[in-house]
Amino acid sequence: MLILVLKRILLGLITLFIVSLITFVGVEVLPGDACTTYLEREAYGAALEACYKRLGLDIPAYERYVNWAVGVIQGDFGYSLSGEMKINDVLGPRVKNSLVLASASILIGIPIALLLGIITALWRDKLPDIIISTFTIFSMTIPEFISATLLILIVAIWLEWLPGIVIVPTGASISELLPNIILPVIAISMIMTAHMARMVRSSVIQVMSSDYVQMAILKGVPYWKMVFKHVLPNALLPAINVVALTIAWLLGGVVVTEVVFNYPGLGRLVIESISNRDLPVVQALAIILASIYVVINLIADLLTLMLNPRLKSLQIKK
Amino acid sequence: MNSIIKEEKPKNTISKVLEVILTMVSRPSGLIGLIILIFHVTLAITSPLYVPHDYKAIDPSLMLQPPSSEYWFGTDSLGRDVFTRTILGGRTALTVTFFGSLIALLWGGAVGIFCGLVGGKIDDVVMRIIDAFLSIPWILAMLLIVSLLGTSIIVLIPALGFFYGKGIVRVARAATHDVIAKDFIVSARARGHSNFSIIWNEILPNVRDAIMVEGAMRWSWMLLGFSSLSFLGFGVSPPTPDWGLMISNARGLMSFAYWSVLAPIFGLSSLIIGINLTADAFAKALGIDRSTKAPV
Repeated sequence: MLILVLKRILLGLITLFIVSLITFVGVEVLPGDACTTYLEREAYGAALEACYKRLGLDIPAYERYVNWAVGVIQGDFGYSLSGEMKINDVLGPRVKNSLVLASASILIGIPIALLLGIITALWRDKLPDIIISTFTIFSMTIPEFISATLLILIVAIWLEWLPGIVIVPTGASISELLPNIILPVIAISMIMTAHMARMVRSSVIQVMSSDYVQMAILKGVPYWKMVFKHVLPNALLPAINVVALTIAWLLGGVVVTEVVFNYPGLGRLVIESISNRDLPVVQALAIILASIYVVINLIADLLTLMLNPRLKSLQIKK
Repeated sequence: MNSIIKEEKPKNTISKVLEVILTMVSRPSGLIGLIILIFHVTLAITSPLYVPHDYKAIDPSLMLQPPSSEYWFGTDSLGRDVFTRTILGGRTALTVTFFGSLIALLWGGAVGIFCGLVGGKIDDVVMRIIDAFLSIPWILAMLLIVSLLGTSIIVLIPALGFFYGKGIVRVARAATHDVIAKDFIVSARARGHSNFSIIWNEILPNVRDAIMVEGAMRWSWMLLGFSSLSFLGFGVSPPTPDWGLMISNARGLMSFAYWSVLAPIFGLSSLIIGINLTADAFAKALGIDRSTKAPV
């Protein structure tokens, strides 16, 4: 068991190492380096030399990679190009803002998803299922920027209930953020809920048709007791991994949603740093977002292992 | 003797395709999806023949006109006809994502089958790299590539094809693992067939369905991704009519000109829903359950 957990953690670390290589090599191979793309037409003579010096681009690539990687391991991402600030100081408030947004969406989304998934599975092909399933298909297929734009149009412009865009400074405190995040949270949790609800639905349906549940029905176990004691614990276990993947996938979607609502989180920083051609920040973001993905998946795997006694003795799948 | 070992005669391709299509349209959701998809493809191919106005004709005197008999969906902030731009708006998106998913399907399928077959060290290394790419958000990677290499179709198609193919690698590899231990593969090996012949004649027919369904789903996700790029200003460049770009341009003015944002929203949403329903029906017709998959 312990070996299995350590192996899983090691795999995650290897993945992150490859990510760091990919981002480093990617930035290296693509035309233009940080200085020429940042300075654009002024990239010649003394300005270019100074920029190279400042970023340490005058030393060979592998040495730079090692220096950079050592810094990252110690939690130091180096300097941003545009603001002339430490990247850590740029990232700090953004990470906090995105965490507020993400945790609010997850806290709201997961219970609703469980509820909707269970309802649709127990009343399969009846009216509640048809209505909810149609809704979930719509909200998971339509792009984030469309549902967010429609939300703004309906709630903020036509009904005038809430402000349409977030106007808070990047360093705002959580109490300042909360009233502003209602619409973004609705937009994000709508998609997340839809994905998870469909997963839970099919998982519950699968368990409901299994032999031991049929047996329980034949033995005359009361319906609700059977649902809560036998069906749900077995149905929700496989859902953990997919929930993790869905959350990780949302990291990409959150970029778009944050732009639509003008929310000062990591997602908007992605766009800003790429528009400003601030490659050191882009590299830092790639590592951070990839780490979140790896960690979420790791937690999901470990949870599944802990909750499922049968898996303990097995090898890691795949 | 002959009659005992005679294999069931394989159906020819046309009758199999026909059977799949019939199964797809036998369910209402599949029928609706297919109708929407065919409508959009027809529109994309034929729309330049009958657009009522010039899509890039700027006329300041016609700014933000509400819908009328002359301008069915009104005009946008530069006085361009929204109806014209809406019916032209899916052409680039459909072309890019269609060829993009074709590339994704081909490289993802090929690498997946290869890794599933050879296994061992090569498989380990490739899968670690695929895992690493999966953990970088696609949007960050795409934005970086596009901002450094430009937004032309020649960059977008292979880049999207590459980033949406890595999920197919996993599906193709898993499907290959499922068939590889079966008797017919073992006997083909025993007969001394080459790896290539085994892949082409034994594995491919058995994993093709799973890969094709995956490719169909990727198509709708890629469309979503492509429009998101356009929306963020990193997709096709103006004045090309494109739904994502149109929505992003019209968004700031939607409090007085909601028509110019609703028309492209309707176009893009209906196409994505159409592709999704079709892909779902396609999966069900081939007997593949995708409902427990996350969008990776």
